[in-house]
Amino acid sequence: MATLTKANRKEIKRQDRKLLKKSFKRNWDCYVYMAPYGIIFFAFTVLPVLASIVLSFTYYNILEAPTFIGLDNYRSLLATDDVFITALKNTLMIAVITGPVGYLMSIMFAWFINELSPKVRAVMVTIMYAPSISGGAYAIWKLMFSNDSYGWANSLLLSVGIISEPIQFLTDVNWMIWIAIIITIWMSLGTGFLSNVAGFRTIDRSQYEAGYVEGIRNRWQELWFITLPSMRPQLMFSAVMSITQAFTVGDVTTQLFGIPSTDYAAHTILNHITDYGTTRFEMGYACAIATVLFAMMVACNQIIQRMLRKVGQ
Amino acid sequence: MEQAKQIDVKKLKVSKKVFNPGPARSRTGNVINFLFLCLVGFFMVFPLIFIVSNAFKPMDELFMFPQKMLVRNPTLSNFTSISILMSSSWVPFSRYIFNTLFVTIVATFFHILLASLAAYVLEKREFPGRNFMSQIIVLSLMFTPAVTGIPNYIIQSKLGMIDTYWVLIIPYIGSSMGLYLMKQFMSSSIPNTLLEAARIDGASELRIFTRIVMPLVKPAWLTMLMTSVQSMWGMTGNTVIFSEAKKPLNYALSQIGTGGVARQGAAAAVTLIMIIPPLLVFILSQSRILDTMASSGIKE
Repeated sequence: MATLTKANRKEIKRQDRKLLKKSFKRNWDCYVYMAPYGIIFFAFTVLPVLASIVLSFTYYNILEAPTFIGLDNYRSLLATDDVFITALKNTLMIAVITGPVGYLMSIMFAWFINELSPKVRAVMVTIMYAPSISGGAYAIWKLMFSNDSYGWANSLLLSVGIISEPIQFLTDVNWMIWIAIIITIWMSLGTGFLSNVAGFRTIDRSQYEAGYVEGIRNRWQELWFITLPSMRPQLMFSAVMSITQAFTVGDVTTQLFGIPSTDYAAHTILNHITDYGTTRFEMGYACAIATVLFAMMVACNQIIQRMLRKVGQ
Repeated sequence: MEQAKQIDVKKLKVSKKVFNPGPARSRTGNVINFLFLCLVGFFMVFPLIFIVSNAFKPMDELFMFPQKMLVRNPTLSNFTSISILMSSSWVPFSRYIFNTLFVTIVATFFHILLASLAAYVLEKREFPGRNFMSQIIVLSLMFTPAVTGIPNYIIQSKLGMIDTYWVLIIPYIGSSMGLYLMKQFMSSSIPNTLLEAARIDGASELRIFTRIVMPLVKPAWLTMLMTSVQSMWGMTGNTVIFSEAKKPLNYALSQIGTGGVARQGAAAAVTLIMIIPPLLVFILSQSRILDTMASSGIKE
């Protein structure tokens, strides 16, 4: 390769371009078929991310044209916005707990369920998946943890005699974030979990037989040396799902504690974006917060995917 | 001796009903596994049981101390109170149902059609930009509507879509999860040789797509149907829809839930109504969905 002359390289480039042009011409219909979906996808999924990065360097209130202000938004995020730092802490706290716990749950339960017979398995999958499709059902947790003695949790603790006064679950700063965490975990068995269930089901059984001959003794060895490596693609997919869910907690906290929650004790980054975007109309600032969130999610994803390549080695 | 053997066989049959037989399995392990799953399952359904029970509780039981988990004298009064609350609003109830149905049907139809078409080209044809597009789609799985909400609002308002049905429909058509699952499923279930044979026979690309590909990927588009019904049914659109006449059912119903303590029972009834359809769709199509999910993995 190193012996290629400049002229040679130029020639190769020219030929490449020619091939590319030819390929464009031959496959023009692909772009036609892609276009309807592609345009909508770009406009409402890719463009928002790009726009958010660009607008994060501006002051923008929707009514007037955006004005460029450089890094001012980021500077005030880190230096003067104490609420953002609280939100960042809360989000990281929730993500660090619910992300790994939810992810491990989605693998573990899928594995356990796989040991069951098909009929029992179908029932179990439905039960485990039910919370995540029940949409707004987490509003029910508001009743369960309601502040007065009619709340189910308070009622139980009072009647057993553990506490003498109802706990202010939804306004006590020590409790709020934990309740958000419990609910997020409750809802964490979603698409990624289904992917894992299906992944366990599709593993080639002859691999196990070979494994037993090679001396695999129990289900744990089987899991690490055969099962997990052969479902790495599913693990990667469900990791993406877990990251998304762990970093985008916001609806739950809004529903249970309101915006702003007491002392911002359960204020997440997503809540902060909503606060600036929909009530204060400081779009530039909201976009800067969103950009920080995007960056955190993408970085986290890179790290996890790299770690997953080491499974079974 | 013989009796003991018979009993053993019987036990084996019972355990085969509940467990997947396989070597390297101890019975104690199996039992612990099952009990553990039951425990977790209880944690999962517990709040849902609470919803069902609350939806049928009469007023006095809702405010009883200590709270009983299960309802004693079930009543339908919470459901009738929804219809009373709804009939007092100036927009007829049927209008909300129409809104939800219209938005769900249009979005689902175009999402399945356009995303499948794009998935087919991305998976089965080679053209410049294909890999780039595929990578963007995997990355975009993270950028859910919740995260892109604010920048999306700016774009939608610039396009004049706010407060129209389109603001609920069009962004959903371009969502990436459905396309991703479809594309992965196509890669594992449609042999390239089949497509080549059809091309040699002179079938056009559109014909191949409608006659060969779509019937073969039925599990995948049933999955798209389910996720789409699920998210469209659960959509409130409360940041983008302002006129009462255009609000989807879920928005209208969720307004009842915010009515405070006195409407606790009605709120539970509303939640129950919102949960049942997606759950039913999932139960009915579970095996197809799992077939689709089997190919959902991200390949390196």
